Amino acid sequence: MTIYGLHVDPALLAACAGILVLLTIATVIGFILRASVNTPSASATIANLNQRIYAWWVMCLVFGLTLAVGPTGSLVLFGLVSFLALREYITLVETRRADHKTLFWTFFLFTPLQYVLLSIKWLGFFIVIPVYGFLFIPAAMALAGDTQSFLDRAAKIQWGLMLCVYCISYAPALLVLDIHGYGPDAKLLLFLVIVGQLSDVLQYVWGKLIGRHKIAPNVSPNKTWEGFIGGTLSATAIGTGLWWLTPFSLPAAAAISFMITLLGFGGGLVMSAIKRDRGIKDYGNLIRGHGGMLDRMDSMIFAAPVFFHVVRFFYGL
Amino acid sequence: MNDRLLADALAGVARFVTGAQVTWIAAPAPQQTVFFANHTSHLDFVTLWASLPRRLRSRTRPVAAQDYWEHGMRRKLAVDVFNAILVPRREHGLADADPSVAVKTIERIAREMGDAYSLIIFPEGTRGDGNDVAHFKSGLYHLAQHKPGVQLVPAYIENLNRILPKGEFLPVPFISRITFGQPIFVDAAESKNAFLDRARGAVCGLKQR
Repeated sequence: MTIYGLHVDPALLAACAGILVLLTIATVIGFILRASVNTPSASATIANLNQRIYAWWVMCLVFGLTLAVGPTGSLVLFGLVSFLALREYITLVETRRADHKTLFWTFFLFTPLQYVLLSIKWLGFFIVIPVYGFLFIPAAMALAGDTQSFLDRAAKIQWGLMLCVYCISYAPALLVLDIHGYGPDAKLLLFLVIVGQLSDVLQYVWGKLIGRHKIAPNVSPNKTWEGFIGGTLSATAIGTGLWWLTPFSLPAAAAISFMITLLGFGGGLVMSAIKRDRGIKDYGNLIRGHGGMLDRMDSMIFAAPVFFHVVRFFYGL
Repeated sequence: MNDRLLADALAGVARFVTGAQVTWIAAPAPQQTVFFANHTSHLDFVTLWASLPRRLRSRTRPVAAQDYWEHGMRRKLAVDVFNAILVPRREHGLADADPSVAVKTIERIAREMGDAYSLIIFPEGTRGDGNDVAHFKSGLYHLAQHKPGVQLVPAYIENLNRILPKGEFLPVPFISRITFGQPIFVDAAESKNAFLDRARGAVCGLKQR
């Protein structure tokens, strides 16, 4: 399909139109709810809901624009996401004065390097952080000479790189993945993001509507069995219905969607556990209503790498 | 005019680089104010200044150490762009300097404030390690005596020392936090040391968690 001389993938266009419709419906519902609640606690929940919906408009717009620019746009976007996520993470963990130079290289060498390697389609990006980063960090720290809590500090920095840079970078890595009769395609990234994020949203919605039984009260008091089951099943249903965005058959789309939702749940739980350990509620206040970048990316951190490898194993060239 | 633009641009850069999250416990008031804060990094005064509302920024002057900001580019930045009041460093504390010079310095600061300008000062006098707030030098007390109607607003700066600690020149992008507290005033009956302890307590009390 060609619009104003620009080649546009009709499937991609349909998916974007679907997202616009969904956002519009959510916005209308938000307006109606705001007018109809009258208790203070309910209106606080609705105010937060409306903030979240507004932030979704902004996030979808930014994501859509970078997808339109092409792979470079998505690589720059996710590179920035990694940087901001790592910044929230490192601010949260305890570091010592001697870690300063190690942290500098973490932010300004390994983070950009990961995305530069992706942009030149060198699949060695799989090993740079887990091998070279893993060895570089303790070596740089040993050179700095401070041995107090050495193992703790090295592990925390390595974790930050793995979670915020390595795992997140698997999402735009889908744009350089060659697949039989499908090619590198933005639709695959869109599919992962839609199913993963909708699973978060639907778990929240089901939890708010009928949530009673807490899954892990010590880790995340807002996660309930009702929210988990309702959210994962409905997100899986939507993901199955979006099979036409992907190279998957209908049953495969169902299985992979279900896998994305389960992994996303795991990511949310783990990132919550870190927050509880550090005694905070949100990673930051970058995205109004949602918290920080890590609060929004927690499910993606777990879903993106496994999704990438499953697709590569079963469909890759 | 260009200096004004440059100042706004630098404020934007400082806010971006330091990711400063700003909290006002009492809403910022338009009246003349002395902002006083803990001191941990060269980024402190730019970041604190940048986190003020724009209308207050143009009327707020930092008090900075003459020995550090006196020459070349630094002077241009401090004096022309930020309209800083440069003071000789030892005289931040009256006790350990020639009292007559110190009194003159305080008088000069009070004069330069006039009835329009607010100030940013770091009463510790030198940068700390970011963990403990040192005892306050007495300049804040004497200034408050000279300007009894001016409100004194404490601020706690967190993490700027992690971004750029003493002795480093490459920054690490931590998220910093600046918390502004309730204004305080000197009580007529209060001794110098009691006031300085209370002022220091007001800053320390803003530390989160």
